[in-house]
Amino acid sequence: MSDAQPFRRPDLPAQTYRVTRADLVRYAGASGDFNPIHWSDRVAAAVGLPGVIAHGMLTMALVGRALAAWTGRPDAVVEYGVRFARPVVVPDDDEGTEIEVRADVRDVSPDGLTSLDLRVTCGGQRILAQARATVRLPAAGPG
Amino acid sequence: MPLNPSFVGRTYPPSAPYRVCREKIREFAAAIGAADPAHHEPDAARALGYPDVVAPVTFPVVFTWPATRTLVDDPELGLDFSRVVHGDQRFDYRRPVVAGDELVCTNTIEQISSRAGNDMITVRTDVATTGDEPVVSAWAMLVVRGGE
Repeated sequence: MSDAQPFRRPDLPAQTYRVTRADLVRYAGASGDFNPIHWSDRVAAAVGLPGVIAHGMLTMALVGRALAAWTGRPDAVVEYGVRFARPVVVPDDDEGTEIEVRADVRDVSPDGLTSLDLRVTCGGQRILAQARATVRLPAAGPG
Repeated sequence: MPLNPSFVGRTYPPSAPYRVCREKIREFAAAIGAADPAHHEPDAARALGYPDVVAPVTFPVVFTWPATRTLVDDPELGLDFSRVVHGDQRFDYRRPVVAGDELVCTNTIEQISSRAGNDMITVRTDVATTGDEPVVSAWAMLVVRGGE
Protein backbone atom coordinates (compact mmCIF):
# COMPACT_ATOMS: atom_id res chain seq x y z
CA MET A 1 0.00 0.00 0.00
CA SER A 2 1.22 3.45 -0.74
CA ASP A 3 1.45 5.98 2.02
CA ALA A 4 -1.29 8.47 2.58
CA GLN A 5 -0.79 11.48 0.37
CA PRO A 6 0.91 13.91 2.75
CA PHE A 7 0.24 16.97 0.62
CA ARG A 8 -2.83 17.78 -1.37
CA ARG A 9 -3.25 20.86 -3.41
CA PRO A 10 -5.32 22.70 -0.78
CA ASP A 11 -2.53 21.98 1.70
CA LEU A 12 -0.11 24.19 -0.19
CA PRO A 13 -1.58 27.67 -0.12
CA ALA A 14 0.38 30.29 -2.04
CA GLN A 15 2.85 32.14 0.17
CA THR A 16 3.61 35.79 -0.46
CA TYR A 17 6.56 37.80 0.78
CA ARG A 18 7.03 41.55 0.56
CA VAL A 19 10.54 42.76 -0.20
CA THR A 20 11.62 46.36 0.39
CA ARG A 21 14.92 48.16 0.10
CA ALA A 22 15.31 47.80 3.87
CA ASP A 23 15.07 44.02 3.46
CA LEU A 24 17.86 44.11 0.89
CA VAL A 25 20.10 46.07 3.23
CA ARG A 26 19.37 43.69 6.08
CA TYR A 27 20.03 40.66 3.89
CA ALA A 28 23.27 42.16 2.60
CA GLY A 29 24.52 42.52 6.16
CA ALA A 30 23.39 39.08 7.30
CA SER A 31 24.66 37.23 4.24
CA GLY A 32 27.83 39.22 3.59
CA ASP A 33 26.81 39.90 -0.02
CA PHE A 34 27.48 43.62 -0.46
CA ASN A 35 27.29 43.73 -4.25
CA PRO A 36 26.11 47.33 -4.92
CA ILE A 37 23.54 46.25 -7.53
CA HIS A 38 21.46 45.33 -4.46
CA TRP A 39 21.54 48.81 -2.91
CA SER A 40 22.81 51.44 -5.38
CA ASP A 41 20.58 52.72 -8.19
CA ARG A 42 23.65 54.31 -9.73
CA VAL A 43 25.57 51.03 -9.96
CA ALA A 44 22.49 49.05 -11.01
CA ALA A 45 21.89 51.48 -13.91
CA ALA A 46 25.56 51.42 -14.87
CA VAL A 47 25.46 47.65 -15.42
CA GLY A 48 22.25 47.87 -17.41
CA LEU A 49 19.70 46.79 -14.81
CA PRO A 50 16.27 48.46 -14.65
CA GLY A 51 16.90 49.28 -10.99
CA VAL A 52 18.22 47.88 -7.73
CA ILE A 53 17.47 44.16 -7.66
CA ALA A 54 17.00 41.68 -4.84
CA HIS A 55 19.75 39.18 -4.11
CA GLY A 56 18.87 35.94 -5.89
CA MET A 57 19.77 34.18 -2.66
CA LEU A 58 17.22 36.32 -0.78
CA THR A 59 14.52 35.13 -3.16
CA MET A 60 15.76 31.58 -2.65
CA ALA A 61 15.65 32.09 1.13
CA LEU A 62 12.05 33.33 0.98
CA VAL A 63 11.05 30.26 -1.01
CA GLY A 64 12.79 28.29 1.73
CA ARG A 65 10.40 29.95 4.18
CA ALA A 66 7.50 28.72 2.05
CA LEU A 67 8.90 25.18 2.27
CA ALA A 68 9.08 25.53 6.06
CA ALA A 69 5.53 26.89 6.16
CA TRP A 70 4.16 24.00 4.11
CA THR A 71 6.00 21.27 5.97
CA GLY A 72 5.64 22.86 9.40
CA ARG A 73 9.32 22.12 10.00
CA PRO A 74 12.50 24.21 9.75
CA ASP A 75 14.56 21.12 8.86
CA ALA A 76 12.47 19.30 6.26
CA VAL A 77 14.46 20.20 3.15
CA VAL A 78 16.63 17.44 1.73
CA GLU A 79 17.35 18.98 -1.65
CA TYR A 80 16.55 22.38 -3.07
CA GLY A 81 17.64 24.04 -6.30
CA VAL A 82 16.69 27.01 -8.46
CA ARG A 83 17.77 28.87 -11.57
CA PHE A 84 17.68 32.65 -11.34
CA ALA A 85 15.66 33.45 -14.45
CA ARG A 86 14.69 37.09 -14.07
CA PRO A 87 15.84 39.86 -11.73
CA VAL A 88 13.48 41.13 -9.03
CA VAL A 89 13.47 44.93 -9.16
CA VAL A 90 12.83 46.51 -5.77
CA PRO A 91 11.67 50.14 -5.99
CA ASP A 92 12.83 52.72 -3.46
CA ASP A 93 9.47 53.21 -1.75
CA ASP A 94 7.60 51.86 1.25
CA GLU A 95 5.79 49.19 -0.75
CA GLY A 96 8.73 47.47 -2.35
CA THR A 97 7.60 44.45 -4.33
CA GLU A 98 5.99 41.11 -3.65
CA ILE A 99 7.11 37.58 -4.40
CA GLU A 100 4.57 34.77 -4.66
CA VAL A 101 5.46 31.13 -4.15
CA ARG A 102 3.34 28.18 -5.25
CA ALA A 103 4.10 24.50 -5.49
CA ASP A 104 2.85 21.34 -7.11
CA VAL A 105 3.59 17.92 -5.72
CA ARG A 106 5.49 16.02 -8.39
CA ASP A 107 6.13 12.79 -6.58
CA VAL A 108 5.94 11.09 -3.21
CA SER A 109 8.50 8.34 -2.76
CA PRO A 110 7.86 5.21 -0.69
CA ASP A 111 10.36 6.42 1.92
CA GLY A 112 8.40 9.59 2.55
CA LEU A 113 10.27 12.10 0.40
CA THR A 114 8.02 14.57 -1.36
CA SER A 115 9.22 16.31 -4.54
CA LEU A 116 7.81 19.74 -5.27
CA ASP A 117 7.82 21.84 -8.41
CA LEU A 118 7.95 25.47 -7.34
CA ARG A 119 6.45 28.40 -9.20
CA VAL A 120 7.87 31.67 -8.00
CA THR A 121 6.62 34.91 -9.50
CA CYS A 122 6.89 38.65 -9.06
CA GLY A 123 4.31 40.86 -10.77
CA GLY A 124 2.98 37.79 -12.58
CA GLN A 125 6.35 36.94 -14.13
CA ARG A 126 8.35 33.88 -13.28
CA ILE A 127 11.58 34.84 -11.53
CA LEU A 128 12.93 31.33 -10.90
CA ALA A 129 13.16 28.47 -13.37
CA GLN A 130 13.73 24.78 -12.68
CA ALA A 131 12.86 25.47 -9.05
CA ARG A 132 12.47 22.20 -7.22
CA ALA A 133 12.68 20.90 -3.71
CA THR A 134 12.56 17.55 -2.01
CA VAL A 135 11.25 17.58 1.54
CA ARG A 136 11.01 14.92 4.20
CA LEU A 137 7.83 15.17 6.16
CA PRO A 138 7.97 14.34 9.84
CA ALA A 139 6.67 10.95 10.85
CA ALA A 140 3.13 10.95 12.12
CA GLY A 141 2.89 12.07 15.68
CA PRO A 142 5.00 14.59 17.55
CA GLY A 143 8.58 15.14 16.56
CA MET B 1 39.39 35.92 -21.64
CA PRO B 2 37.57 32.57 -21.82
CA LEU B 3 37.70 30.23 -18.88
CA ASN B 4 40.30 27.55 -19.01
CA PRO B 5 38.34 24.31 -19.65
CA SER B 6 41.22 22.17 -18.42
CA PHE B 7 40.13 23.18 -14.89
CA VAL B 8 37.08 20.90 -15.02
CA GLY B 9 37.45 18.23 -12.36
CA ARG B 10 39.93 20.23 -10.35
CA THR B 11 39.44 20.11 -6.58
CA TYR B 12 40.91 22.87 -4.46
CA PRO B 13 42.36 22.53 -0.97
CA PRO B 14 39.78 22.83 1.82
CA SER B 15 38.92 26.25 3.23
CA ALA B 16 39.78 27.33 6.75
CA PRO B 17 37.08 26.08 9.15
CA TYR B 18 33.97 28.24 9.53
CA ARG B 19 32.52 28.25 13.03
CA VAL B 20 28.71 28.45 12.89
CA CYS B 21 27.52 30.57 15.79
CA ARG B 22 24.09 30.96 17.29
CA GLU B 23 23.98 34.72 16.82
CA LYS B 24 24.81 34.50 13.11
CA ILE B 25 21.99 32.02 12.57
CA ARG B 26 19.60 34.31 14.46
CA GLU B 27 20.74 37.32 12.44
CA PHE B 28 20.34 35.48 9.12
CA ALA B 29 16.94 34.07 10.11
CA ALA B 30 15.75 37.53 11.17
CA ALA B 31 16.97 39.04 7.88
CA ILE B 32 14.84 36.63 5.83
CA GLY B 33 11.91 36.76 8.26
CA ALA B 34 12.23 33.11 9.31
CA ALA B 35 10.46 33.15 12.64
CA ASP B 36 10.47 29.44 13.51
CA PRO B 37 11.70 29.28 17.12
CA ALA B 38 14.16 26.51 16.17
CA HIS B 39 16.23 29.20 14.40
CA HIS B 40 16.29 31.41 17.47
CA GLU B 41 15.87 29.44 20.69
CA PRO B 42 18.14 26.54 21.62
CA ASP B 43 15.35 24.88 23.60
CA ALA B 44 13.09 24.83 20.55
CA ALA B 45 15.90 23.29 18.47
CA ARG B 46 16.56 20.68 21.17
CA ALA B 47 12.89 19.74 21.10
CA LEU B 48 13.46 18.75 17.44
CA GLY B 49 16.53 16.73 18.37
CA TYR B 50 19.30 19.23 17.59
CA PRO B 51 22.05 20.36 19.95
CA ASP B 52 21.57 24.07 19.20
CA VAL B 53 19.70 26.45 16.89
CA VAL B 54 19.07 25.20 13.33
CA ALA B 55 20.12 27.29 10.33
CA PRO B 56 17.62 28.19 7.58
CA VAL B 57 18.01 26.13 4.43
CA THR B 58 20.01 28.70 2.41
CA PHE B 59 22.26 29.75 5.31
CA PRO B 60 25.30 27.79 3.99
CA VAL B 61 25.73 30.45 1.31
CA VAL B 62 27.22 32.62 4.08
CA PHE B 63 30.35 30.48 3.93
CA THR B 64 30.10 28.67 0.57
CA TRP B 65 29.95 31.88 -1.47
CA PRO B 66 33.19 33.32 -0.05
CA ALA B 67 34.80 29.90 -0.46
CA THR B 68 33.73 29.83 -4.12
CA ARG B 69 34.94 33.36 -4.59
CA THR B 70 38.39 32.43 -3.32
CA LEU B 71 38.52 29.73 -5.97
CA VAL B 72 37.44 31.94 -8.80
CA ASP B 73 40.08 34.48 -7.86
CA ASP B 74 42.61 31.88 -9.05
CA PRO B 75 44.44 33.88 -11.76
CA GLU B 76 45.10 30.74 -13.82
CA LEU B 77 41.38 30.06 -14.14
CA GLY B 78 40.88 33.46 -15.75
CA LEU B 79 37.54 34.38 -14.19
CA ASP B 80 36.69 38.08 -13.81
CA PHE B 81 34.45 38.22 -10.75
CA SER B 82 33.12 41.68 -11.61
CA ARG B 83 31.35 40.08 -14.59
CA VAL B 84 29.84 37.22 -12.61
CA VAL B 85 26.09 36.70 -12.31
CA HIS B 86 24.66 33.97 -10.12
CA GLY B 87 22.98 31.58 -12.57
CA ASP B 88 21.68 28.83 -10.37
CA GLN B 89 22.08 27.32 -6.94
CA ARG B 90 21.31 23.98 -5.40
CA PHE B 91 21.74 22.37 -1.98
CA ASP B 92 21.76 18.68 -1.17
CA TYR B 93 21.55 18.05 2.56
CA ARG B 94 22.69 15.22 4.79
CA ARG B 95 21.49 17.17 7.81
CA PRO B 96 20.77 20.81 8.70
CA VAL B 97 23.57 23.12 9.75
CA VAL B 98 23.39 23.87 13.48
CA ALA B 99 25.14 26.31 15.77
CA GLY B 100 28.40 24.88 17.02
CA ASP B 101 29.28 23.22 13.73
CA GLU B 102 32.81 23.80 12.56
CA LEU B 103 32.64 23.44 8.80
CA VAL B 104 35.17 23.08 6.03
CA CYS B 105 34.39 23.75 2.36
CA THR B 106 36.03 21.82 -0.46
CA ASN B 107 35.43 23.20 -3.95
CA THR B 108 35.43 21.22 -7.16
CA ILE B 109 34.91 22.65 -10.63
CA GLU B 110 32.29 20.39 -12.18
CA GLN B 111 31.58 22.07 -15.48
CA ILE B 112 32.76 24.87 -17.73
CA SER B 113 30.86 25.78 -20.87
CA SER B 114 30.24 28.67 -23.23
CA ARG B 115 27.01 29.91 -24.74
CA ALA B 116 26.09 33.10 -26.57
CA GLY B 117 29.35 34.77 -25.65
CA ASN B 118 29.01 33.98 -21.94
CA ASP B 119 31.05 31.49 -19.96
CA MET B 120 29.36 29.27 -17.41
CA ILE B 121 31.10 27.54 -14.56
CA THR B 122 29.56 25.15 -12.06
CA VAL B 123 31.31 24.79 -8.72
CA ARG B 124 30.39 22.11 -6.20
CA THR B 125 31.18 22.91 -2.59
CA ASP B 126 31.23 19.92 -0.27
CA VAL B 127 30.69 21.03 3.30
CA ALA B 128 31.82 18.74 6.10
CA THR B 129 32.62 19.13 9.76
CA THR B 130 36.22 19.27 10.89
CA GLY B 131 35.52 15.69 12.03
CA ASP B 132 34.84 14.71 8.37
CA GLU B 133 31.08 14.33 8.78
CA PRO B 134 29.43 15.36 5.48
CA VAL B 135 26.72 17.98 6.08
CA VAL B 136 25.66 19.54 2.79
CA SER B 137 26.83 19.93 -0.79
CA ALA B 138 26.13 23.16 -2.65
CA TRP B 139 26.28 23.75 -6.39
CA ALA B 140 26.62 27.27 -7.74
CA MET B 141 26.52 27.99 -11.45
CA LEU B 142 28.13 31.31 -12.26
CA VAL B 143 27.58 33.10 -15.54
CA VAL B 144 30.51 35.22 -16.66
CA ARG B 145 29.10 37.81 -19.00
CA GLY B 146 31.12 38.27 -22.16
CA GLY B 147 33.15 41.43 -22.64
CA GLU B 148 32.28 44.11 -25.17
